[in-house]
Amino acid sequence: MADAYVVGVDMIKFGRFPEKSVPQLGAEAALLALDDCGLTVKDMQALYCGNLNQASGMVGQRLLQEIGQTGIPVVNVSNACATGATAFREAWMSVKADVYDIVLAVGVEQMGKGLLGGGGGSKGISKEGLLGSGTMPSVFAEAGLEHTRNHGTTFEQFAKVSVKNHHHSTMNAKAMYQIETPLEVVMNAEMISYPNTKLMCSVNVDGSAAAVIASEQKARELGLMDRAIKVRASVLTSDPWQERDLVMPDVNSCTRMASKAAYEMAGVGPEDLDLVELHDCFATAEILHYENLGLCEEGEAGRLIDDGDVELGGRVPVNVSGGLLSKGHPLGATGIANIYEVSTHLRGEAGRRQVEDAKIGLTHVIGLGSACGIHILEKAA
Amino acid sequence: MSDGPLPVVSYLKMPEGGEPYLEGHRCDVCGAVFLGERRHCSKCGARDSMSTFQLSNRGTLYSYSIVHRSFPGIDVPYISAIVDLEGGGTIKGNLIGIEADPEKISFGMPVEVVFDDALGRKDADGNSYLSYFFKPA
Repeated sequence: MADAYVVGVDMIKFGRFPEKSVPQLGAEAALLALDDCGLTVKDMQALYCGNLNQASGMVGQRLLQEIGQTGIPVVNVSNACATGATAFREAWMSVKADVYDIVLAVGVEQMGKGLLGGGGGSKGISKEGLLGSGTMPSVFAEAGLEHTRNHGTTFEQFAKVSVKNHHHSTMNAKAMYQIETPLEVVMNAEMISYPNTKLMCSVNVDGSAAAVIASEQKARELGLMDRAIKVRASVLTSDPWQERDLVMPDVNSCTRMASKAAYEMAGVGPEDLDLVELHDCFATAEILHYENLGLCEEGEAGRLIDDGDVELGGRVPVNVSGGLLSKGHPLGATGIANIYEVSTHLRGEAGRRQVEDAKIGLTHVIGLGSACGIHILEKAA
Repeated sequence: MSDGPLPVVSYLKMPEGGEPYLEGHRCDVCGAVFLGERRHCSKCGARDSMSTFQLSNRGTLYSYSIVHRSFPGIDVPYISAIVDLEGGGTIKGNLIGIEADPEKISFGMPVEVVFDDALGRKDADGNSYLSYFFKPA
């Protein structure tokens, strides 16, 4: 099968836009991505639209009602925090399968403030604070302390992730925040669920991101290969059975399955990656994924953050965008925003936060429930 | 309204004249343990393969978090604990009877499952509930 390429990609600056509708937010990113490759909605043969909170609301069609109703097929995608990556992957598959030769993928989300998860069922009484906690900060605190149990990872090491990602976001104008958060500030911030303080939880923001995906032939026809990004691997997994599944969502196994498959598909290994955008929904989660993605040996994740290997300028910079912790996490948009970030580095257009000579990058998202999406991207030769 | 308290989850069993207990479901083919009624095994795919058994009231702390921020009306801090039960099964609940301080809590510490009123919570019909908690053993 011929390769598929990202020829246009962009995101809006993440923030809070209560005055806008979800389709309007999505339309902004769609137009930015089309402008990035000099095309219009009339050139698109299909739309894959990812959104979570209005999953039954035909967001993709309403997006086209904002920018151009051309009658193309629209697929609305919902897959928890892997929604954007899933929409992108569906778009990629349609091109790989030779059904279409140029399509649009959009991820968009409008978020409220406050805790996610822990709502429980409608029957009986609330179980929150009675049978433990189902909030996301707690779930990922428990996943983090499992790493502490197995490898001795410390609160300080988890906190350093947040220091790093907030620092990175000071160089990203599209991030929600551009503020330095020194270690003592992170560790002394309001404790939400130990060991995750408020600054170690991702930011609920509104946002959108979009990508135009084309076959190699189409990209060449349109003269778009100069800035094209080759999709070397696209993988989606769900949660394989694990003995603690019912009470402890497992973000590790599905990531390990996905990364193994992605490295095989791309014919590269973790040592070949120049940068990684991974799912730091909480500072604890980022530590787990260093090992899940093979960026270090088992039990070495704490050392990786201590040694600065994952900072900009380090061996394998992670979340130079600022990550979900500081760039923000509009659930359905995150998976395409990650692809925008890596693509921007591969194109050498990332400005102050540019990873030097970046040639291959990986994006990773996890949706609890669970879904893991991984993409490996490379600058077109 | 029910005469007495209702079970907080379907797998908390309250036999008449007997002690409450937690019930597990085990796959006859592969041995995987589940909580709550089910027919098929999601580990090995075996169909109509489940048998019920009584989960142990003893276990060890696998992981936890200390919850400082929750929804309005929920007392904090509290310890959200994940406990591996002797003989199989992992359950989640509040760990009580110990200070909510990471210095005081140790992985693998033995705990006991105890049954008590669900912190005074009642449903819309005014029913009270029986819940379970973990205590250091």
